[in-house]
Amino acid sequence: MYTPQVAEHIANPRNVGELDNPSGVGDVTNEVCFDRIKLTVRVEGEMLVDARVKASGCPPTIAAASVLTELIIGRSIADLHTLTRKDVTEALGHLPPAKTHCAVLAIDALRTAISGYKQG
Amino acid sequence: MKVYLDNSATTAMAPEVVDAMLPYFSEEIGNAQSVHSFGQRAKSAVEKARRQVATLINAAPTEIVFVSGGTESDNFAIRGIAEAQGHRGHHIITTKIEHPAVLATCEALERAGFRVTYLPVSRRGLVDVEDLGRAITDQTILVSVMLANNETGSVQPIEMIAGVVAEARGRGLDGLRLHTDAVQAVAKIPVDVKSLGVDLLSLSAHKFHGPKGIGALYVRKGTRLAKLLHGGHHERDRRAGTENVPAIVGLGKAAQLAFEQFDDRSARMREIRDYLERQVKSLIPNVTVNGDQERRVPNISNMSFEGVDGESLLIALDLKGIAVSTGSACASGSLEPSHVLQALGLTREEVRGSLRFSLSPFTTRDEIDYAVSTLGETVARLREMAPLEDLEAPQFS
Repeated sequence: MYTPQVAEHIANPRNVGELDNPSGVGDVTNEVCFDRIKLTVRVEGEMLVDARVKASGCPPTIAAASVLTELIIGRSIADLHTLTRKDVTEALGHLPPAKTHCAVLAIDALRTAISGYKQG
Repeated sequence: MKVYLDNSATTAMAPEVVDAMLPYFSEEIGNAQSVHSFGQRAKSAVEKARRQVATLINAAPTEIVFVSGGTESDNFAIRGIAEAQGHRGHHIITTKIEHPAVLATCEALERAGFRVTYLPVSRRGLVDVEDLGRAITDQTILVSVMLANNETGSVQPIEMIAGVVAEARGRGLDGLRLHTDAVQAVAKIPVDVKSLGVDLLSLSAHKFHGPKGIGALYVRKGTRLAKLLHGGHHERDRRAGTENVPAIVGLGKAAQLAFEQFDDRSARMREIRDYLERQVKSLIPNVTVNGDQERRVPNISNMSFEGVDGESLLIALDLKGIAVSTGSACASGSLEPSHVLQALGLTREEVRGSLRFSLSPFTTRDEIDYAVSTLGETVARLREMAPLEDLEAPQFS
């Protein structure tokens, strides 16, 4: 029911942890299932240069949190404001329709973490 | 290493079962209803299997009806009594922790005008027999309570329930019948229809090293039961449809092996299951065992791992070759967390972090050692990744 990409991120989650003195934090919880993603980012100039993530919950949430860090490190803030749940879903191959909210949670974490940096 | 710890979902067929079945696919091709010698040989194979199944549960061979599996067996028992006894009343009593084959059948009967009482269970997963007694009315025609639960393995006090049912019959409720879904109990604990005191009992071959797609319903002699499948006069006119001879032969052989090897197998499963729980508890902090730990089948352990999601654990273990199951939400495509663990009163977090390990007599200590060490690493990794600060992380190198 889950793609090999989802399973692989569960087995080897990327960029796990929390940055010291981050430029921004996105700590979001899904109020229905209590899945949680905590993203910390470092921004230098126009660029997001580093990110770490922690997550708890079902496989798509952990995989979405993990793949999110790969999608955002090294990208400009302007770029990141255009990132959507579809980008997260596509990076994971596919998510069951009932599970797209996990990708939404990852995007919420990103939006919250970079909310202090205005859109390009 | 591949480690299959999901034997409550299904088991591997025993090699003896495969060998017994093989001739009935291509050499012994008869229809058991045919008069010629091909048919008579098939018939004799079916009747031998009927005796083997009857022996396993201490029934008479004429009380065994072959069906397509556990689901049909449950449907047949419940709908069959509802139709045969419906003129006496429209009330059925069951529990909140039944298998969907029972629950969904009862729900369908509710839509057809029956009233169904779903009894709660204690934290240990057991029905209160006094509750059950109080639920019986002069309209009650059927009590259906599972013998062993598929998620926790907890064993219900069916003998005591049979006592309550017998008492109600004595008060004049002669139409009242008792059914038990024994799909997870047969070949795990002693199952004797006479000492249990049931009128109907469901079993399924693939849960004890027989083939999929075959099961049986025990129907106590003299029990009126409406047909589910209409057609020819097969199975003493109880269930129409050409007998699935190879599968029936496989069920019979599996029943024979389960009967002959019962003591060895159950002792072995209990030893390995207890070893699994000891190892898990000693290596992983913040684990609880769910359900009654005394009154349960010897092959199931249901444990909750605090702070992690069962399905995430399941996926991670699967990548390492280890198969388990979970009562966590989303499992098996369902979005609802386990109705069984919820009925036990577990917290949402406990339900979420639950895994079911179900063993077979063929599970080895090496397999358990590999599974437990992989589980420990996985739980530690998922807990470390969780944005929770207060959980003690287990120490793994």
